[in-house]
Amino acid sequence: MTRTVQPTRRGAGMTGAAWTVLAWLAGLLFFLPVAWMVLTGFKREVDAASNPPSWFFTPVLDGYRQVFDRDITPYLLNSVMASVLSTLLVLVLATPAAYALSIRPVERWRDALFFFISTKMLPLVAALLPIYLLVQDLGMLDNVWTLIVLYTAMNLPLAVWMMRSFLLEVPAALIEAAAMDGADLLVTIRRILLPIVAPGLAATALICFIFSWNEFFFAVNLTATRAGTSPIFLVGFITSEGLFLARLCAAATIVSLPVVLAGWIAQKQLVRGLSMGAVK
Amino acid sequence: MTTTIVTTGADAAPRPDPRPTRPDRRHRWARRAPLLPALVFAIVVTQLPFLFTLYLSTQSWNALRPGSQEFIGLANYATVLTDGRLRAALLNTVVLTASSVFASVLLGLGLAILLDRRFPGRGIVRTLLITPFLVMPMAAALLWKHAIYNPSYGLINGILGGSTDWVSQYPMVSVVAALVWQWTPFMMLIILAGLQSQSLETLEAARVDGAGPWQTFTRITLPYLRPYLELGALLGSIYLVQTFDAVFTITQGGPGRATTNLPYEIYLTTFRKFEYGEAAAAGVVVVIGTIVVATFALRVISSLFRMEDAR
Repeated sequence: MTRTVQPTRRGAGMTGAAWTVLAWLAGLLFFLPVAWMVLTGFKREVDAASNPPSWFFTPVLDGYRQVFDRDITPYLLNSVMASVLSTLLVLVLATPAAYALSIRPVERWRDALFFFISTKMLPLVAALLPIYLLVQDLGMLDNVWTLIVLYTAMNLPLAVWMMRSFLLEVPAALIEAAAMDGADLLVTIRRILLPIVAPGLAATALICFIFSWNEFFFAVNLTATRAGTSPIFLVGFITSEGLFLARLCAAATIVSLPVVLAGWIAQKQLVRGLSMGAVK
Repeated sequence: MTTTIVTTGADAAPRPDPRPTRPDRRHRWARRAPLLPALVFAIVVTQLPFLFTLYLSTQSWNALRPGSQEFIGLANYATVLTDGRLRAALLNTVVLTASSVFASVLLGLGLAILLDRRFPGRGIVRTLLITPFLVMPMAAALLWKHAIYNPSYGLINGILGGSTDWVSQYPMVSVVAALVWQWTPFMMLIILAGLQSQSLETLEAARVDGAGPWQTFTRITLPYLRPYLELGALLGSIYLVQTFDAVFTITQGGPGRATTNLPYEIYLTTFRKFEYGEAAAAGVVVVIGTIVVATFALRVISSLFRMEDAR
């Protein structure tokens, strides 16, 4: 480690105040591009492209109006459909699997667990060509369901690992007690497991939603106008000419908003989800 | 964590140990049943395409010349391995992944240390800091390309003055900076979780023994954080090695091939040159490379995983 990292001081006084200021500055600096994006979205195109940058201006909704005029809505709806349905599908597949890898483990559960995580490491790009040819053969190009299936496969390992870590937190004694009382499996699941792992289910759903909402690689290669998701709407901006910055920032703000809000609300679950349940 | 409270003493053995109570067949299948749908789905969607890639990699097939498909054995591999393009792309991938992972872990560590103490508005600062990670990567890439790097109206030149064309003069740095901005919060969150799980007694004991803050940090905190740093670096590498959005958007792999990484190179071979056979062979080569790296990576996850299990 280099010497740039300063030791932590938990003391109050001047040093404490300096650390606080530093933390605030770091936070604001990292947030600056986001703030700039949101601000620029409310500018007129001429103000957006001004140099030096204008910090004070009369906010207008022109950018947003133009984005909706260019029909961003179907792209947003496709994104909602692809991410919500794939998230549901992931939960339906991953929860029983996690159960069979934690509470009533199959033999060689460790191998199964590592098989799932190894599929996550396979580079998507190696799968693109066969998937593209297959999807083309089935006439499923530019179809939301193609994305739903792929996003399910993409998020499944994550969800299995996460749900397993949540299921492991259910006290064994509780399950045994239920069995002793003669409760059958369904009752045990509904009355005991579900209430305890409900927050875990929510956290898993959130992570899967974030990853499928933001996915671009499959979306750009397998969809076009009919099934395009919200990042596809943004592709047109890559080589834009003329004045378009306010419009671009408005669109970027709209498509980022669902995930930003979800992430803000569920900050605590985010860590655990991103580390696949390894960090609590 | 609740488990440790409920189960005590002798029966606190880790639950997931396989307990083959009755090695009776039906019983075993009943156990497997909940796992099967997910397992079959994962195999069909992720493993079968790879077998198809293997087959394609032995074909000479350019989609622009219909009917040209034929078996050519390993010739595609020879092309791919001798052609400098793939090697250049590999090098770019390593540079891009390593530098963004390294920088974001380092910055993430610094930010985590800043946040690992109580101060007014800590929750707000934390919220501000995680936001870059939540912005859609495609939107973030566009934001950096146009609103930040643009030579005439971008934020950097707007604040610092000058008319540097950041993307064409420093293409790799431009891509890496945008990625580091997005991934630092991720690293910070994981490292912060590590810092906060450190027992205060150990730190207190170190202080009582006369260790200064710097000594405490390098001798106790850093070794303790090691698995968290490794986990962050590992997960970050898994995602960053596949970087596509940022390259596709900010530089299109250019100027020249300066920022063409493997995903972008294979994408070009597939959808710009339509050399399906070559693209498949390159894909196989990448997968083999990934397996080598992943074997090492899985060992890291596995050790962390045992540690958490033992808690």
